[in-house]
Amino acid sequence: MTTGEARTDWETVIGLEVHCELRTQTKLFCACRNSFGEEPNTNICPVCLGLPGSLPVLNRTAVEYAMRIGTALHCRIQASQFHRKNYFYPDMPKDYQISQYDVPINADGWLDLPSGQRVGIVRAHLEEDTGKTTHMGGGGRIHDAAHSLVDYNRSGVPLVEIVSAPDMRSAEEARAYVDELRAILVATGASDGKMEEGSLRVDANVSVRRRGETAFGTRCEIKNMNSLRSLGRAIDYEAARQIALIEAGGAVTQETRHWDENAGRTGSMRSKEEAYDYRYFPEPDLVPVDPSPEWIAAVAAELPRLPAERRAALAAASGLPGDSEAVATVVRLGLDDLVEAAAASTATASVAVRRVANEVASDPEAAARLDRVAFARLVAMEAGGELTSAQARTVLKAIMDEGGDPAAVAAQLGFEAMDSGDLDRVVDEVIAGSPDEWARFCAGEEKLQGLFIGAIKKATEGKADLKAASTLLRARRGG
Amino acid sequence: MATMSARITTQDVAHVAQLARLELTEEELERFTGQLAAVLEHARDVEALDTAGVAPTAHPLPLRNVLRDDIVGPSLPRAEVLAAAPSVEADRFRVPRILGEAP
Repeated sequence: MTTGEARTDWETVIGLEVHCELRTQTKLFCACRNSFGEEPNTNICPVCLGLPGSLPVLNRTAVEYAMRIGTALHCRIQASQFHRKNYFYPDMPKDYQISQYDVPINADGWLDLPSGQRVGIVRAHLEEDTGKTTHMGGGGRIHDAAHSLVDYNRSGVPLVEIVSAPDMRSAEEARAYVDELRAILVATGASDGKMEEGSLRVDANVSVRRRGETAFGTRCEIKNMNSLRSLGRAIDYEAARQIALIEAGGAVTQETRHWDENAGRTGSMRSKEEAYDYRYFPEPDLVPVDPSPEWIAAVAAELPRLPAERRAALAAASGLPGDSEAVATVVRLGLDDLVEAAAASTATASVAVRRVANEVASDPEAAARLDRVAFARLVAMEAGGELTSAQARTVLKAIMDEGGDPAAVAAQLGFEAMDSGDLDRVVDEVIAGSPDEWARFCAGEEKLQGLFIGAIKKATEGKADLKAASTLLRARRGG
Repeated sequence: MATMSARITTQDVAHVAQLARLELTEEELERFTGQLAAVLEHARDVEALDTAGVAPTAHPLPLRNVLRDDIVGPSLPRAEVLAAAPSVEADRFRVPRILGEAP
């Protein structure tokens, strides 16, 4: 839609609103089960159906989870009040949503991206989720639908809405923010962070301005992005649309726009005339939530280690860089304990990070039942040179699938340790077998190293530690 | 929405009626505008008080942190709930065509 050249004159400004479903047993204001994927309308009661005379009672655990999130995001946790947000829509049987308005439970925090960039958190407030509508007829598209069906199982499920400051300047940064926020939410235990199941939903406020300007442009709110990938695509599309509009002499209208994943574009959801007036007012059926300093301190004391701290610890232990993709993967999947169980030294820690990030991470189910002690033993064997990395991967795969002791599995597979004297001898034989190539390698033809390594691999039937072999080759050459 | 210092107009009342999905005739609009103006007049008396030292009060009860434990209780039998609905399809509430996305 726009050229790369035009883009350099423009800056995109992004703020994100993330709705996160809390992992409580019950809903926010009633004792109905909070559970995804159940038979429709089986977890409903007079409170979450908004029947007359029913009264909400706030879930203590939901408040505590909100406080955990606030603490992790360095927010001020404060006395707060619930409000009614009034609107008519069949996903909300009461015709209002109970939310927080002028005084959210968490305010004024921040989140540091792995790059070091800090993103401000304006607020993180508690509210209830809405029911789920399914549009029937017209291929499921709302405007063509003949009628809609509503399942209220999700109605009243506790949410924390996390509103960032407009501190992001690219789709890349927005994705990094959501990725890090999701990791933090999962680490606190407050959320499962599953975007694909809708327990994490992201809306983006996007505006553009000419580079160097300090005032913000008119923003549009983009909804309906179901993955990090679609978040990035939607932001890029929307920024390009706004730039093209302004460059053509038009102006951006503040509105809500819907991301169409298949068409790859955003579309206007409603006209300005229909702009909502929610008539917020204090919820008379709920008293203020005012966590005591003792409660706030107790939540902070029990907060698990957060991803940034865990990445730093793993990087320090393994000698890998702090922004290592492997380290990030281990932490993202919550497999740090596996690495830590195997990390007796820098060498074992770095092998453990690699094995977890590469092999273990690819099979989360097997990862969950992988024996910590067996894994630690395998890592020690690889780090100690008893197994080559190729052999270690094969053994790891076997113990992930079948269990068992790595030494026994290695022996069974014929992966006997090759002592360094044997390797020395093989290296000499291989060099002697190809004198011309060796001379060229010595003269600096680096790509010939592959030929020698291949020959060593063949001569040892794959048992050689190829890293050690490569070190030996270079030592023979003199560097 | 008009502030209390400005006089409420029939446009304000029409807007509020629209938000509340009420269909009012011209005559009703006139009548309710007069009635609402009287209510707001009364509120203006309160507004005249000096409340500089009074904390905002969202609730008259001296209660805070009324909380329940996160323990699952019984939900309603689905058949009973759906039997009270005007229209049902595939164990869901069936509602007329929706004209826009959720707000």
